[in-house]
Amino acid sequence: MTSLGSYLHRHPRLRLAGLLSAPLLWLVVAYLGALAVLLVSAFWTVNGFTGEVVREFSLANFRTILTEEVYRNVSLRSLGVAVSVTVICAVIAIPMAFYMAKVSKYKNALVIAILTPLWASYLVKAYAWRILLANGGPMDSIFGGPGYGIGATILVLSYLWLPYMILPIYAGLERLPDSLLEASADLGARAGRTFRSVVLPVLIPSVLAGSIFTFSLSLGDYITVQIVGGKTQLIGNVVYANIGAANNLPFAAAIACVPVLIMVIYLVAVRRSGALEEL
Amino acid sequence: MTLSASARWALRAVMAAGLVFIYVPLLLVLVNSFNGDRTFAWPPRDLTTRWWSAAWENEGARQALLTSVQAGLAATAIALVLGTMIAFAVQRFEFFGRDTVSLLVVLPIALPGIVTGIALDSAWRSVMGDLGIGKGLFSVVVGHATFCVVTVYNNVLARLRRTGVNLEEASADLGASGFQTFRYVTFPLIRSALLAGGLLAFALSFDEIIVTTFTAGPGVTTLPIWIFNNLFRPNQAPIVNVVAAVLIVLSVVPVWLAQRIAGPSSGVLRGSTDA
Repeated sequence: MTSLGSYLHRHPRLRLAGLLSAPLLWLVVAYLGALAVLLVSAFWTVNGFTGEVVREFSLANFRTILTEEVYRNVSLRSLGVAVSVTVICAVIAIPMAFYMAKVSKYKNALVIAILTPLWASYLVKAYAWRILLANGGPMDSIFGGPGYGIGATILVLSYLWLPYMILPIYAGLERLPDSLLEASADLGARAGRTFRSVVLPVLIPSVLAGSIFTFSLSLGDYITVQIVGGKTQLIGNVVYANIGAANNLPFAAAIACVPVLIMVIYLVAVRRSGALEEL
Repeated sequence: MTLSASARWALRAVMAAGLVFIYVPLLLVLVNSFNGDRTFAWPPRDLTTRWWSAAWENEGARQALLTSVQAGLAATAIALVLGTMIAFAVQRFEFFGRDTVSLLVVLPIALPGIVTGIALDSAWRSVMGDLGIGKGLFSVVVGHATFCVVTVYNNVLARLRRTGVNLEEASADLGASGFQTFRYVTFPLIRSALLAGGLLAFALSFDEIIVTTFTAGPGVTTLPIWIFNNLFRPNQAPIVNVVAAVLIVLSVVPVWLAQRIAGPSSGVLRGSTDA
């Protein structure tokens, strides 16, 4: 035991290898391997006659996605939903986080109040909105709408992911010292100028960090759509339908590449702002 | 920044409205679980606890709860081991590809759940299927552990950054073996980070439905899957209401525990504010 310990102590590279081997085996084999299989199978096809997967390279799936209007519309609709949800969350979260970090005397209590619902089940929250939005339910009798549909989907997704936007913004603003805001005021800046020159540079990476969550979570969602979306179809539904009923795994894999591509573009685009360190 | 009184009031109003928006749906579920009327007419006219006893007797819900706890514990255990190992490697060593490793850990949670789900599903079918290992609880645990690693990793990494290596070096200088140093110095230092990360990992696993849908074998029903299967069955609605209410009440527990363990900001979005 001791001799092994001192041997390892003298060979840090060996310690490193020991630390990394198991986790990397898991993440590279179980996860990257799975993603690679997914990517490869997107280029396979299904024999329309026997229903068996033909393991030969073909661009047929991608051609279908690009040329058929249904899939183009579904992709654009999903992108639109993800963008709307992100914007709505940011608009609500920025003033809330600012109040929590810079105005309120009850910071910790408010953080807990925002944090607690995050632990309540995702499905339960979507279900609560199913009751709220039901025909003749509370929302219907008070506001006369909006009922199930794409509007309800955007509303419920914004509700679900709002804390994921508030918390990074709060954390960012919390790190901004009050003395900087005071210094800016002492130097004669009005509230608007202070916001632009002092608060905004901190705010932007935090909002982008939050948007990675709201964007990615919205893009992949197909459960909320089923619960409150009525007949709305998003990318997730198409993937799900192709795995289940249609039993066309290659096509499901191909269409799943759409959100991955969007997310990778998004991650690369926001990386330079330092948003990834705020996660 | 000196805010005018009206700006303060406006912010206060947005905060209050935001909290109402967040809490009203949850309260509705709680009240509805006592709604005596089968159609859940609103506002509820007679209140009853009979759905609560009916839910307690429900075999499907109980079995699903058990499955969820098993999957959550197993995934958390794996995530604790793997996440801690990567955190130590990344924080205590310089090596080629270090940034790639941290990106790799974040990836399962950054990509949409459905992608992780179908990737694991197709890999399982084409690789593990050929080896004769079908999907079951094990494949669910593999899927959950993959995206749970990041919560432990982030918490432990933040803690290691903050504590540094001085205490460990002192321990070694005083003649402690590597094992003793870990047992008496390093482990106590990271214990609360492990708890916070593990708690978060368990909660993530317990609540997960998308990856679970794609990785669960036939007959494996976790609680979220059970809820989803019964969501569209009107005669199961009273029981679903109670299960939903219980989950809302239970969500207070991890927050309370995290508060006790490491103070208010621990575990906030994977411990990022712990740094």
